Amino acid sequence: MVNPTDTTADDIAKGAFEPGCAKVDPILVATNVTRSFGGNKAVDVAHLEIPRGKITALIGPNGAGKTTLFNLLTGFDKPNTGSWNFAGKDLAGVAPHKVARMGMVRTFQLTKALSLLTVIDNMRLGAQDNPGEKFFASFVKPLWAKQEQAITERADALLKRFKLDAKREDYAAALSGGQRKLLEMARALMSDPKLVMLDEPMAGVNPALTQSLLEHIKGLKASGTTVLFVEHDMHMVRHISDWVVVMAEGKIVAEGPPGIVMKNPAVIDAYLGAHADTDLGTVSIDTVKDSE
Amino acid sequence: MDFGQIFNLTLGEAIGVFTAAYALCALGLAMHFGYTGLLNFGQAGFAALGAYGYSVATLTFGWNMWGSLLFGMLCAAAFALILGIPTLRLRADYLAIVTIAAAQTLYYLFSNSQFANVTGGSNGLSQFGTDFYGANPIPEGRYNLGIITLSQDEIWIRIVAWGLVIIVALLLVVLTRSPWGRTLKGIREDEDAVRSLGKNVFAYKMQSLVLGGVIGSLGGMVFVMASQTNQPSTWVSNFTFMTWTVLLLGGAATILGPVVGSAVFFMFLMLTQGVLEGLVNIGALPFLSIAQVGQIRYLLVGVFLMVLVIFRPQGFFGNKKEMQFNG
Repeated sequence: MVNPTDTTADDIAKGAFEPGCAKVDPILVATNVTRSFGGNKAVDVAHLEIPRGKITALIGPNGAGKTTLFNLLTGFDKPNTGSWNFAGKDLAGVAPHKVARMGMVRTFQLTKALSLLTVIDNMRLGAQDNPGEKFFASFVKPLWAKQEQAITERADALLKRFKLDAKREDYAAALSGGQRKLLEMARALMSDPKLVMLDEPMAGVNPALTQSLLEHIKGLKASGTTVLFVEHDMHMVRHISDWVVVMAEGKIVAEGPPGIVMKNPAVIDAYLGAHADTDLGTVSIDTVKDSE
Repeated sequence: MDFGQIFNLTLGEAIGVFTAAYALCALGLAMHFGYTGLLNFGQAGFAALGAYGYSVATLTFGWNMWGSLLFGMLCAAAFALILGIPTLRLRADYLAIVTIAAAQTLYYLFSNSQFANVTGGSNGLSQFGTDFYGANPIPEGRYNLGIITLSQDEIWIRIVAWGLVIIVALLLVVLTRSPWGRTLKGIREDEDAVRSLGKNVFAYKMQSLVLGGVIGSLGGMVFVMASQTNQPSTWVSNFTFMTWTVLLLGGAATILGPVVGSAVFFMFLMLTQGVLEGLVNIGALPFLSIAQVGQIRYLLVGVFLMVLVIFRPQGFFGNKKEMQFNG
């Protein structure tokens, strides 16, 4: 497995580490993407490039526009202006299901497990191009039985990796919040995406699971998948990301490798605020209280 | 009070034509609501289009049985498309509002005297089953089936009606157990999640709306073929709500549910009718007249449905495990 620290920042960016800087090998390039809700400009991104095959973290205070940007890029929301392309294909105005088929799959901040489907059915639904999902073909089992078998095997392998194999036949509704996060991530991987966009993968996951989730995300990178994730957990950001993009008030305010970005005055100002001196990677409730 | 006769009449309802018609309409609703989560409150409209499509094609166009059948189904499919294109992209509640309004619009359209030369206006249409009953292979006569005695035509319509129920039910069993059915259930749970997995949610919902609507149109055709009369007053929201009752009785996301639900519903109606009429006749219920019994039994249906929803919300055949999470 490739250790994320092996990649140096110079392999990722061309030139200086500044907001909107060009990347050596970008997979997703967005230009002038804006979205207003009433008079409030929720997203106002002049330029953003996501490096291919790396783990990129998107951080920023609440209301910075991270999730809205996710929604725009994946077609779940329509921007007021802007264009973006994914792996060379123009994506502006493309319906969300087509975005997913191109290999750009997302998860949601509020987990969307399909409650009254079993865990294995949730997984099977993540696979692409199943002929049995077509109306007329679904009547003729021989047309899809073989592919369904292959899909099930892949689903079982993923469930095992995510330690959900014991829950295979349970309804997704019977899983804990953290397990649902895992299921959603595993389900997103069923389509072998080129880019996975995880919206707060750690939220609500208990610390014991955190470590294994981190390993899964690193594993994705090792298998060639690009990862873009939104996260508030600085520990995770610092430990697994190759690149960090910081948003505040809809704009990209800083970019760079984690070690450098977190020392950036703009970031400290926008995000870390009064606790700039504490190591957020190891911050505990006590230290926060002490510094107040 | 003749309990033997009440019992026989009640059992006869289990294989009644209206029972089969409602079972078909409820199977269509099971497709819509139980498996896809589409709130269709206009099933009466789909059934009406089946009934009018068939009778108009026969009487006005002079088409045969098969052509009329196809035309009725096509009318329902077209109605589903017209309803679905603007509303299926919106939140589920909008479909409910639009379907109830559209079904009501159809009712006014069919009862309007403007088109009386085609639709028969408020009198409706009749005598459109010559071709259908002409195809009856059963020799003329009265047949004693043990509990009830039926004419050859009454047997023929029952065979066709229940044959349709069986075909549609088997079709739905195959569909709902396929990956296609799994995608629909996913949409029922959370359509954005399914969208994020690369499925064209709009196309799936449209397929479900058309399929369930066409099944409903078959129910409408069966309904009017029993007595070869098609009156616009049949297709009011009452029809829709009785279909919903049948569906919820049996269990929304089941195939057997709507069929058994329909049988139980009509047997219950017949049983209460017979018992109440008997009690009124022997003077046990001095505050009721025979004419009031018809209304009272629907009141009892309401009570029955409430009790069921409270104590067995998943219906007869629904999965108890599924309901526990709907909190």
